[in-house]
Formats: sequence, structure tokens, C-alpha cells
Amino acid sequence: MASVAQTLESGSSAAIQNDESIVVRFAGDSGDGMQLTGGQFTLSSALSGNDFATFPDFPAEIRAPQGTTFGVSAFQINFGSGAIDTPGDAPDVLVAMNPAALKTNVGNLKPGGLIIADEGEFTARNLTKAGYTVNPLDDGSLNKWQLVKFNISQLTLDAVKPFGLGNKEALRCKNMWTLGLALWMFDRDRQPMIDWLNGKFKKNQVLADANIAALNAGHAYGETIEIGGQVKRHHVNPAPVAPGLYRTITGAEAVAYGLVAGTQLASMPMFFGGYPITPASSILHYLSALKEYGITTFQAEDEIAAIASAIGASYAGQLGVTSSSGPGIALKGEAIGLAIMTELPLVIVNSQRGGPSTGLPTKTEQSDLYQAVYGRNGDAPMPVIAARSPSDAFDCAIEAVRIAVQYMTPVMLLTDGYIGNAAEPWAVPDMSTYKPFPVKFLDTVPEGGFKPFSRDEKLARPWVKPGTPGLIHRIGGIEKQIDTGHIDYSPANHQAMTDIRKAKVDGIANSIPDQDVCIGAAGGKLAVVGWGSTYGAIHQAVSRARAKGLDVSHIHIRHIWPMPKNMGELLHSYDKVIVPEMNTGQLKTVLRDQYLVDAKPVNKVSGQPFTIAELEVAIEESLA
Amino acid sequence: MNDMTTIAKTTPKDWETDQEVRWCPGCGDYAILKAVQRTMPELGVSPEKTVFVSGIGCSSRFPYYMETYGFHTIHGRACAVATGVKLANPELDVWIITGDGDALSIGGNHTMHLLRRNLNCQLLLFNNEIYGLTKGQYSPTSQVGTKSPSTPFGSVDRPATPCAFAMGAGARFIARAIDTNKNLPTVLKAAHAHQGAAFVEIFQNCIVYNDDVFAPFTEKANAGPHQLWLENGKPMLFDGGKKGIALDRKELHLKTVDVVDGDWEAAGVIVHDVKNRSVAHMLIDLRLVDGFPIALGVIFDDPRPTYDSAVIAQNIEVSKGKTPDLQSLLAKGQTWTVEKDNTVFG
Repeated sequence: MASVAQTLESGSSAAIQNDESIVVRFAGDSGDGMQLTGGQFTLSSALSGNDFATFPDFPAEIRAPQGTTFGVSAFQINFGSGAIDTPGDAPDVLVAMNPAALKTNVGNLKPGGLIIADEGEFTARNLTKAGYTVNPLDDGSLNKWQLVKFNISQLTLDAVKPFGLGNKEALRCKNMWTLGLALWMFDRDRQPMIDWLNGKFKKNQVLADANIAALNAGHAYGETIEIGGQVKRHHVNPAPVAPGLYRTITGAEAVAYGLVAGTQLASMPMFFGGYPITPASSILHYLSALKEYGITTFQAEDEIAAIASAIGASYAGQLGVTSSSGPGIALKGEAIGLAIMTELPLVIVNSQRGGPSTGLPTKTEQSDLYQAVYGRNGDAPMPVIAARSPSDAFDCAIEAVRIAVQYMTPVMLLTDGYIGNAAEPWAVPDMSTYKPFPVKFLDTVPEGGFKPFSRDEKLARPWVKPGTPGLIHRIGGIEKQIDTGHIDYSPANHQAMTDIRKAKVDGIANSIPDQDVCIGAAGGKLAVVGWGSTYGAIHQAVSRARAKGLDVSHIHIRHIWPMPKNMGELLHSYDKVIVPEMNTGQLKTVLRDQYLVDAKPVNKVSGQPFTIAELEVAIEESLA
Repeated sequence: MNDMTTIAKTTPKDWETDQEVRWCPGCGDYAILKAVQRTMPELGVSPEKTVFVSGIGCSSRFPYYMETYGFHTIHGRACAVATGVKLANPELDVWIITGDGDALSIGGNHTMHLLRRNLNCQLLLFNNEIYGLTKGQYSPTSQVGTKSPSTPFGSVDRPATPCAFAMGAGARFIARAIDTNKNLPTVLKAAHAHQGAAFVEIFQNCIVYNDDVFAPFTEKANAGPHQLWLENGKPMLFDGGKKGIALDRKELHLKTVDVVDGDWEAAGVIVHDVKNRSVAHMLIDLRLVDGFPIALGVIFDDPRPTYDSAVIAQNIEVSKGKTPDLQSLLAKGQTWTVEKDNTVFG
């Protein structure tokens, strides 16, 4: 594949270079609007028919002190004409809006890659803040890369001068100038961005016009002689994808829409109890705007009230849903036990982040698997599902709703900060192809009398709405008699109830598909077993290893608990099993425990996703 | 509320379950249970439309003994669970049963927010100034110096005043009653009639771990001089009408006055106005010192729109004119179409 670096080395050419895929990273101060620039560039990639994956990487502070390295916010996108599964290991192009952005990101740039720097921000003050004693734009320290520098700040100020904005406001248009340049570089249509700006600033036409002027100026700057020869234009052809209607989707949107779809398929109103926490809050935001779908959202006073109110709503006959991230899930632990004990349906979404404790709120990790599977007092089995990508989160949310209402159980859906924030193209599903699973409440006294803890063939108890005549009963967190539900501490009864709760959750395995193999054969030398957002990196690494002739397969687990029935047999059909995880080996432990398989961990806990190269190395070492 | 004409008449028996009541013999909870079961038939409600939600503690066993829907939840969380129940089905008549530890210690946060939001429900706080179920530790309402297994030398921290807490949280109905007192059903009826969160503190005697802690005003001999039963529009008289409560206009606090020959007006006794928030504050703060009685009955009752009605109203309002169409929701925002030859249309 021709990289940007190679094109730059090949010298000047008026033609637009065709590339298979390019990785661009926009980096600037938290206040520079890099997430917005990245988001709009993503949309532009989508509209050009490229496949893509994105990685927003931002600090926990809303506005960290300006110019500091810890205040740098970055957005990486990998777009291409083939299938794109990850945001790319190393960028081909780095746009650095200040010295701190350069310092924190340049190390990862491909050798020979392109740096576009706003030299207007490389002031003595900003250089000091970033920890530079000499200006790196001048001292030759960036020689292994291609450096293009110009005063984006001044160029933006010049471009928006006619609109009479204050200096601060005018400089806020810098990100649109940068976007304009990027659109020129990658041969993109400006009109969708102009439409978007007109929509965004429809209440303030001057701001819309100023931003559009900055966008156009950045584009024109590329067109003119001013940087001719220094920066080449690139074109990435549309990726061959199945025909249909597409949109971009983030994991948080997909979870929200999946929950709406799930409750519609279940013919249920939804009650969502939430409490703000990074990176889970956006699910609450999306659902709050969808009241016409029979959704009540409740911003509770704390995480415990968020889940407790959802349990109350499930008891009253709606589907209770709550969402949080690790620290909030910890607070919900006792209430999850109550939902297990009272056998009420409930969906709990955990958008995992770096831990323990407050940890790394805006960074990604998969370290809540133990918490999801084991993290409660007592023998408290609960189904756990993990989404592998933003679009997969839609189907996973529907599956979580199905299991919750069919088995009368809380279900945990695991995503993570990366899935939640990252965007990818999504073929809009045709809802008529989804099979409805309408909930049937018990509303009359069954033959032989009503027993609140009687069981159906799935071992689920009946769901009765308070208000139903003839079915009055009480439930609670205390151990209950096996069918009447009255308080019962007797030894044999507790044994029987514990066994039933376990058997019910184990039995969910009967309603889920067998574990498939994503790439490669069932059986062979090596299986790379993953779960969650490591999907893209594992997929690419296994594909590349197989292209080199290595006997390796990729298995990706959606149903973490209970696992598909064929899992043990499948894992034992490989000589070796490795489990890459962004934790210290949690799925590995579960696999070893459940199947006595010698699964070997491959771990990374840096707050950053795996790169493809890291996993290629792990595969090669395992087969060496 | 429910349409009373469609509801079958009930008797106290209809509100009793077949479950064996498991409180200690002589516990004040028995009297409260009887009072509630006696009151329910007079409220014009039906058992299947009624839900009792409780947390953890002796009082929280209550739902098992009421022939209604019931949810015995976890420690401190009754208010939060009840909020979900009521928002999911506002037709239900929701009663929260809690205690001083459950509502003011482990669950204090939820109590505050339920009252602030004004969820339409009745909250009965059984205050016995002790942790009974965990065998006698002091509670957030225990008086300074309470000797307990966790405070063998006497507690040193100052207690919370439940009604003052409720007032501070923004409650619109605040009342007090005594477990064995004949006025309890009257207070319960007033709480039920109030649209919004009705906060009722019930002084409940724990015969095992804190016996007679309220005796200075609940004992028969002390009732007259130390119980001030408030009634809206009536003068604040106690001790058989021989004493009353008046306002010390100079110091701006309440004072006790002697009423001679029943002429309470001459003595300057205040007429109780349940909507007067300032006087309610002063009444709640009365302590058994300097000849003051404890204020009982409905202290404050001034309804405001309820949280559940506001939530439902907004759900309806913002859904007006919108048809839920999942397929078009999924296709919202900027989309593009890929044709068979891979051309893209934005």
C-alpha cells in the first residue's frame, strides 16, 4: 500500500495519489475543537464511501490549562477502500495545533509521515508549557518526518476578519480552517460541511458565515501555490460494501437505539434510571430525547437510586434499564443482587473505563469482566453480554432485553469507552427482519392457584403487574419459599432456590447460538480468543498472520455468561489458545475455570487499544 | 386518585395477610400495623392498586403483613424503588415504610430527594431512635448519651430531627404521630389525602433495645402536659386546654401560656394554620424543656404539583404530534446510500 510518506518522498506530482487506506490524527488543545473536526471529517469519509474506524482520545478535564500536554485532545481516523477494523496503529498524518499536541503525538507517527503544524501557536510561552527548550519546528529534531508548518491561527484570523468577531471567537474557527485543508488534501466535497455549519449556527448567521469562510480558506490554501509541492493530495476510493442505506454510529447511540428496538420488540415501555458518569452519560442523553417511544428517563440522585428506581419500574411492569461505568456499577452491586433475588428483568449497561477507583475516566479498558460475572455477594448468577464494536452494540442491546424479559433476570451489557465514543459506518438495519418477542404478563389466576415463584420451561417466574386483581403478592430480597415466595430460611429451601437461580441462568445457553469462528478453521494450531472492543485489532492481526501462512483462527465471544454450549469443545480443538485483553487476564481466568483449557493471556492496560502490530507479534511468538 | 364508586368496600380483615407477624411481643409496630389496616378501608382504595415498599429494618417487614402488593427491598433504598414504581404506574397508591436508620442514615440521600421531588406517596418513618434488627446500636435519631453495643460509654453525636430534615428537603406534608395513640388513623388519612409526598414520623417504642425512650411524653401521665395535638384552624391548646402556644413577638419564638377559663384568645394562643411554613419550623423544633410539649398531628400541609404528574405531563407534551417510527429513527442524521456498483449518494 502506498503510504503518504512514500508519496511525499516521491517528489512533486500534480496528480492525486490513490491510496488504500490512510490514518490521520488531529491533535490540539482541549479547547481547539479537535473532536468536532474529527467528527466532521469522519462524516466526510462516510459520504465518500470509505470504510473507517475512529478513536477519540481526550482528557478527563473539560478545559485543562491551555497549552499543557495533559490538556491535549486527539481524534484519529483510519479510512480506506477496503475493510477497516481499527483506527490504525500509527498515523500517516498528524495535524498538531500546538507544541503540546506535537509532543504527545509525534512519537507514534509513521516514519516519513506528515506533520502539519500551526506555527502560530509555537510561541515561547507555549513551548515552555509543553516542556520544549528549543522550538522543534526549527531544530531539525523532526527530520525523520515530513514537516509542513504555517500560521493557521493568523490565516484563520485573516479569513474571518470581515465578520468582525473578537479575537477569541475568531480563533475558534481554527478547527474549521484545518478541516478545510484536510478536505482539500483528501479530495473531499465541502458542501456537506457547509450545510452542517449552517444548521449548527442557524441562530447566529455571522458565526456560520465566519466558520464557512475559515473552511473555504483552509481549502483554498491547499489549492494555491502557498504549500504546493509540500503536501500532496490523496484520494481513497469507496470501499466495496453491500448496497443499502448507511449512517455513522457511535457505540453509545447504538446502545440507546438497541434498547429502544428491544423494548419495541418486547412491546414494552422502557424506564431508564441513570446518573451522570463518563463515558456512559450519552446513553441517558440519547434516550431522554425519545419520549414518544414510551421511554421515561429519570436522572436519579445517585447510582444506587438509578438502579433501584429501574428495579421498581420493572416490578411495576415496565422494562427497567440503568447504565453506568465501573465505579457506578460497583455502587449498584447490592441492587443487582436484589434484582437477581426477586427475579425481575433489568438491563444494566456498563461502559467500561480504566480502573480501579476513579481510574482513567476517559480512557478505555476491559477490566470489569470479573465485576460483571462475579462481582456480587452470595451465589448471584447473572447473564453478561459484550459488544465488539459500535454497530454490534445495537444487536447486543436487543439481545440483553430479550434475555431479561424471557428469563426474568438482570442482564449486564458490557461496552467500553472506545466502543462508546468511536464511530463507524452502519448499514441501517431493516427492523422487519427482527423477530418480536412480546412480553406476556400474568393477569389471571392460573389453574391450581397463583404462585409468584412458579416456573415456566425456561425456569422463569411469572411477571405480574401490581394493580392486577387476584394476583396480590409480595417480593423481597430475603430468601423465599420455592413457589409461594413467602420468607423461608430453611436449609433445604435455600439449597433448592440457589440451584434454581443457577440453573435458570445456565439454561440461557439453550437460547443462544453456538460460538462461531470469525476467521480460520474450527480446530488448528492457535486460537486467538477475544471479547469486546479488541475485535478489530484481533481480526486484522489474525488476517495478516494467515496471509503469511500461519495456522491461526479468531474467536470472538459475545455471550460471556453463560457461554455458548459448544465453547469447551471448540477451545479444546486448538493446540494453543491466547486471550488478548485490555486487563490483566480476566476472560482468560473464566475460560480456564470453565473449560480447563490452557489459555494464555496477552495483556495491555495502558488506557489505549491494542495495535494490530502488537497482536501480530503475540501470534507469531505463540506459534514460534 | 381512584374513582371511589368502582372500588369494593373492604374491612380491616381484607388488608391482613396469612403471614405470621414476627415482631417482638409488645413492639410498637403491632399497633401501627393495626392502625394502618384499620385506616385502609376508610380511604376508598383497593388492595390490588396499593403497593407497600420498604427498606431494611424491623419496620421494613411491614409489607409482608399487608394484603396488598409489596416490595421488601434493600437497606435504605425504599424511596428509590418506590420512585420507579410510581413513575412506571402513577395509578398505584404507594406507601413507603421505613425507619430512622433506613431513612435517615443509609438511605438519607433518597429520602431527601423523594421529598424534594414531591413524589405522590405516603412515607411512614417509624422512629424508635435505635437499630433494632441489628441488635441495638444507636441510630441517627438517638439522643446524646445513648448507651448501646457500639457506644458503651454513651453516644456523643447530636441526633437528627426527622421532621426538620423533611422540612429542609422541601416536604409539603409533615406530620407526627405515636404508635399506640388513637389519633394515628386521623394522621394517616390526612397523609393519604395530601397529593404529593406525605412525610409521617411515628414515634415507635422498641421494647427490647430502647424501651420507654418516648415515655416522657407518651406515658399516660405525661400525655396531657407534653402532647400538643395540632388541628388546622384550631387554637394550639394542650394539657386539657389549660395551656396554649403563643408567639413571643419580641424574641420571635414560641412560648407556652396559661389559658384561664378557656379564653385562649386573651392568652394570645395561635390558631394552627397548616400552610404556615415558618410556624411549622418552630413547632417541629419544640423540645421537652421549659414546659414545652411535643408537636403532634399534621404540622404542615401545603400541596404543590407532584413529580410523577410533571413527568407524565412532559412525556405527553413532548410526544405530541410525534409518531414513534423506529425505522426512521435509525436512519436519522446524515446518511448515504450505496448502490450495487458501489456509487455513493449522500
